[in-house]
Amino acid sequence: MFRNQYDTDVTTWSPAGRLFQVEYAMEAVKQGSAAIGLRSKTHVVLACVNKSNSELSSHQKKIFKVDDHIGVAIAGLTADGRVLSRYMRSECINYGYTYESPLPVGRLVVQLADKAQVCTQRSWKRPYGVGLLVAGLDESGAHLYYNCPSGNYFEYQAFAIGSRSQAAKTYLERKFEKFTESSRDDLIKDALFAIRETLQGEKLTSSVCTVAVVGVGEAFSILDQATVQGLINEFEVSGEEGGAAAAVAGGGGGAAEEGGAAVEQEAAPMDI
Amino acid sequence: MPKEHANWSPYDNNGGTCVAIAGADYCVIAADTRLSTGYSILTREYSKICKLADKSFMASSGFQADVKALQKVLSSRHLIYQHQHNKQMSCPAMAQLLSNTLYYKRFFPYYAFNVLGGLDSEGKGCVFTYDAVGSYERVGYSAQGSGATLITPFLDNQLKSPSPLLLPAKDAVTPLSEAEAIDLVKTCFSSATERDIYTGDSVEIIILNAKGVRHESEPLRKD
Repeated sequence: MFRNQYDTDVTTWSPAGRLFQVEYAMEAVKQGSAAIGLRSKTHVVLACVNKSNSELSSHQKKIFKVDDHIGVAIAGLTADGRVLSRYMRSECINYGYTYESPLPVGRLVVQLADKAQVCTQRSWKRPYGVGLLVAGLDESGAHLYYNCPSGNYFEYQAFAIGSRSQAAKTYLERKFEKFTESSRDDLIKDALFAIRETLQGEKLTSSVCTVAVVGVGEAFSILDQATVQGLINEFEVSGEEGGAAAAVAGGGGGAAEEGGAAVEQEAAPMDI
Repeated sequence: MPKEHANWSPYDNNGGTCVAIAGADYCVIAADTRLSTGYSILTREYSKICKLADKSFMASSGFQADVKALQKVLSSRHLIYQHQHNKQMSCPAMAQLLSNTLYYKRFFPYYAFNVLGGLDSEGKGCVFTYDAVGSYERVGYSAQGSGATLITPFLDNQLKSPSPLLLPAKDAVTPLSEAEAIDLVKTCFSSATERDIYTGDSVEIIILNAKGVRHESEPLRKD
């Protein structure tokens, strides 16, 4: 990305019809460590890479419980993510107080998107520098949404954000068709495989990743380290590759350039 | 000019009685299930007890619309607490929150007479008793509501709770076994039912101890 004269203010358009500050905010999401989400008909799983700065410090919290039926994984400026999680929790509590029923996920996501949009149209504000994967269950089923700093949101069967997320996305693209009918445990396994792709050869252990599940009859909860390590040990012992890790390694190298390639595209990334 | 009195009141009294007894390692919270207005019965099967947290139960008599609103406010505040602290509120913490919530409406009070029962952080039974505007005290046992004046002297006689004026200060817990306490509560309600027209139908009893929560129900006179 090049510095230019139209990128100082979020309220300044470029001649090509782009808001560079918003695009730079989306870059912040790409710099954050990876977070992935996938859903079946009855469950949604969130997983993220949790690496601490040094051995002395604790891990950054990237997955938050918003309500019994909704959870969120973030990538990017985690402080912004924490503030947005607090907003989401507040909205869920207020809705529950007024209507004595859980806030539908689609409603929450729209409110979040509108909140993000405000920051793209005020000269005294800056866009939130965090991408959110919102996982939730409501009357219409299991949902996974991605909320961007631009104020856009999309629903996904499976998605990955953050650094080296392309490797996970490639894995998910190959496997997503069978997710709808997947069992809860298979879904968690696929989430761990996807996380492993983003680690690019590094060893997958429960100390570098966090996994959370929400499902029919199961409130949103973050799995404890022992359970996650147990699941990892299971598939490492059986030698499962999650579908030829070797094939991914070749594709992963080419995809690393996708961040830089966005600048040359005609359409601004946030319109896609 | 003599003052004119309002012919409408924002409050109503739905009657009923609530009792709680604290033990060394348990707590019993009980309330009758009759909901009334004036001299009529609205329903015989209404629960006046609300679970606020894993170890805090509140029984409230008075105006049940205000009680329901109060329960909702406290439940929402507990959710916020859990998000911020990653754990449940302790009973003494909930007791303070209830007091503050009641006093917040000092000039248009919740018409609710509450008894909060639960286990403190050491696992000992605790009971807190309130007035309508939040004045509260930790005690070994308490009764509130229309039958309170009939039950309290009986409990004083049976449990000899140390008066707060007695020195040295004693532990606010009664030396009774769990089964004895439950039996005592049932006796309280069947006696109160005899003479208080607003108490009866059945008594709902919650027993809280280290093993968890238990429910018991006993029928009472329906007249």
